[in-house]
Amino acid sequence: MSRPTPETLAQRAHAVVSAVPAPAPAARPAAVAAVTEPVTGAAALVKSLEALGVEVAFGIPGGAVLPAYDPLYDSSVRHILVRHEQGAGHAATGYAQATGKVGVCIATSGPGATNLVTPIADAYMDSVPIVAITGQVPRGAIGSDAFQEADIQGITLPITKHNFLVQRPDEIPRIIAEAFHLASTGRPGPVLVDIPKDVLQAATTFSWPPTLELPGYRPTLHPHGKQIREAARLMTSAARPVLYVGGGVLKARATAGLRRLAELTNIPVVTTLMARGAFPDSHRQHLGMPGMHGTVSAVYALQKADLIVALGARFDDRVTGRLDSFAPGATVVHADIDPAEIGKNRTADVPIVGDARYVIDELIAAIEAEYAGRGGATGAGRRADLSGWWEQLDDIRRRYPLGWDEPSDGTLAPQFVIKRLGEIAGPDTIYVAGVGQHQMWASQFISYEKPYTWLNSGGAGTMGYAVPAAMGAKVGKPDTTVWAIDGDGCFQMTNQELATCALEGIPIKVAVINNGNLGMVRQWQTLFYDERYSNTDLGTHKHRIPDFVKLAEALGCIGLRCETAAEVDKTIQAAMEINDAPVVVDFVVGKDAMVWPMVAAGTSNDEIMFARGVRPMFDEDEL
Amino acid sequence: MSRHTLSVLVENKPGVLARVSGLFSRRGFNIDSLAVGETENPEVSRITIVVNAEESPLEQVTKQLNKLVNVLKIVELDPAVSVQRELLLVKVRAERAVRSQVLETVSLFRARVVDVAPDTLTIEATGTTDKLDALLRDLEPYGIKEMVQSGLVAIGRGSRSITAPALRAAA
Repeated sequence: MSRPTPETLAQRAHAVVSAVPAPAPAARPAAVAAVTEPVTGAAALVKSLEALGVEVAFGIPGGAVLPAYDPLYDSSVRHILVRHEQGAGHAATGYAQATGKVGVCIATSGPGATNLVTPIADAYMDSVPIVAITGQVPRGAIGSDAFQEADIQGITLPITKHNFLVQRPDEIPRIIAEAFHLASTGRPGPVLVDIPKDVLQAATTFSWPPTLELPGYRPTLHPHGKQIREAARLMTSAARPVLYVGGGVLKARATAGLRRLAELTNIPVVTTLMARGAFPDSHRQHLGMPGMHGTVSAVYALQKADLIVALGARFDDRVTGRLDSFAPGATVVHADIDPAEIGKNRTADVPIVGDARYVIDELIAAIEAEYAGRGGATGAGRRADLSGWWEQLDDIRRRYPLGWDEPSDGTLAPQFVIKRLGEIAGPDTIYVAGVGQHQMWASQFISYEKPYTWLNSGGAGTMGYAVPAAMGAKVGKPDTTVWAIDGDGCFQMTNQELATCALEGIPIKVAVINNGNLGMVRQWQTLFYDERYSNTDLGTHKHRIPDFVKLAEALGCIGLRCETAAEVDKTIQAAMEINDAPVVVDFVVGKDAMVWPMVAAGTSNDEIMFARGVRPMFDEDEL
Repeated sequence: MSRHTLSVLVENKPGVLARVSGLFSRRGFNIDSLAVGETENPEVSRITIVVNAEESPLEQVTKQLNKLVNVLKIVELDPAVSVQRELLLVKVRAERAVRSQVLETVSLFRARVVDVAPDTLTIEATGTTDKLDALLRDLEPYGIKEMVQSGLVAIGRGSRSITAPALRAAA
């Protein structure tokens, strides 16, 4: 079998110029006389992508977008031919999350474009910078229900940061540059550019750089000094403060600053599902993830806090539980780059609009000033005593650690598989989860020590995210081990991209946590629907349909299976040693394992269950 | 709930109105009235939106509007310090016997007759929502055959003006 080796993959990935940042708004054409050359719209598109330093695009050609694929054929942009446009979208997202660069996906008009809707919505919910380029029917046919016509601009209006329908070929360079600028600055997000076929075919001229025309787009990066000083005053005087860290800290590449801020103040840290890795899990001040399946200590800390400092987090319902009983005694400092997030769910006492990197740096400076007695009228340096708070938190942490019960039926515990995977693959590996029980366990039982090593679909909860996103991450980080941790339900939604991985030399590893069921839904049926298991048994256990080992082999991958605890380490090690092909491991695990702790939907965080029928006694705790 | 008048300056580009109006419905707001037209700068359109909303959801929708890339500026206009007008065209039954009474109402409200037919008059009136409501109440007994109303437009009083920031950096 002729399968591309990782070496060819690495060469291809490196054989491109490094990314050039998008020009600043209203950048004037450089003094270097911009060469204007006659080209087609399609060539202008590809030249624009090259000029922006795009290394890779994931896509599938089709009628309306065909003109663009001709200049792409001999471009420095590596095009990866996926098997489904959804795969292209999630791959672009995985690439962007792993590298911090803009991910690019391409599809044709109509169904090609509508297949991108799910990954675009996913990227929108998780603020991931991707640019989706779609072909459209020719201008004259728009609105006529032409073959493969869909109003993708209208369809994606509510799920993109912005979108464009290109009207003239000469607009292409400017709009592509604007799309990259919008996607990657401010609060990042997906941008779609829809280009009619005749615009791609038309003759035009290309010159670079274009002048951006975005008069209504001015993200606020630098926080207001007065708000920072007020936040610093609160942070140095609060008795029970918590740093509530969200994905915005990763987006702002502010994790080093976060660590300095935390260590300077000794304030406990919780990291949301989107922020896992932003603060080392092994750090003494880290209480873990808050929310529906968070640690008891993280949930407790927020509930009992007198000050919550939210950094790039959005008080999502999965974190707050019932909003009216969330953190009842807390003053809230809310810093976010998106003003619309501030006060959206929880009123902010100190609103701070700004990029998390600047916010954190300025908070550090203001807090140091407070400590030195230069912060305000109080004179002497102020430093709150958090020892009592830490005593409580350490006690809760000790009494309610994350853990699981071994299944009574002798089946393999999924938590054990995931924990061992994290321990063997280590903190340099990128872990990419699907959505459901395995995602929560992967968040809980793998120790994330470094930023950008945990990718998942947080806001949208898109089943099928893992395999294509892992593919994108591996393309962006070819020298890093990438493990997808997927469920048997999720895996069956997008595993066709393993064919892409096999053919394109993208040796990802996939751990299918195969419990034969839609596990999270089944857990809810166990807890809230009287154990009536309506339509959650996938038959992957009972009938072994599909047989994941055979499926892996059919897709050009190595297939392994593991059914007992004794085989777990050996199997993971075997998978770790295969680096010239994608590997799929079918971990056949018990179906009855549940994710704990749990705050049931619509209930208060105070009602967190440590395990089934076990509720921590918060109320007895002295405060 | 209270009535709020928002003046939204937007780039004069295709599809911008859909972005703005779609955002209101997506966030669960009903628009009472909406009017859109060009401004002194042909590259800028002004959308005047009247909504019924509580203060804090209105703030949220304003922030969401501000996130739209084509939105340049949003100002809430206080009725006390702004001029607010709607345009009404109404076709009223006005047979000979009552025609002079209808015309009297028209002149009372400083409205105008813009079309005459043997049994109807078409009346044009501008004013605040309250004034037009009063006019309609007076005309109702004669029989309103058809009516059409514009959205409300509004402009601040005094010499200060609401303008968009420069659309392009100076050359």
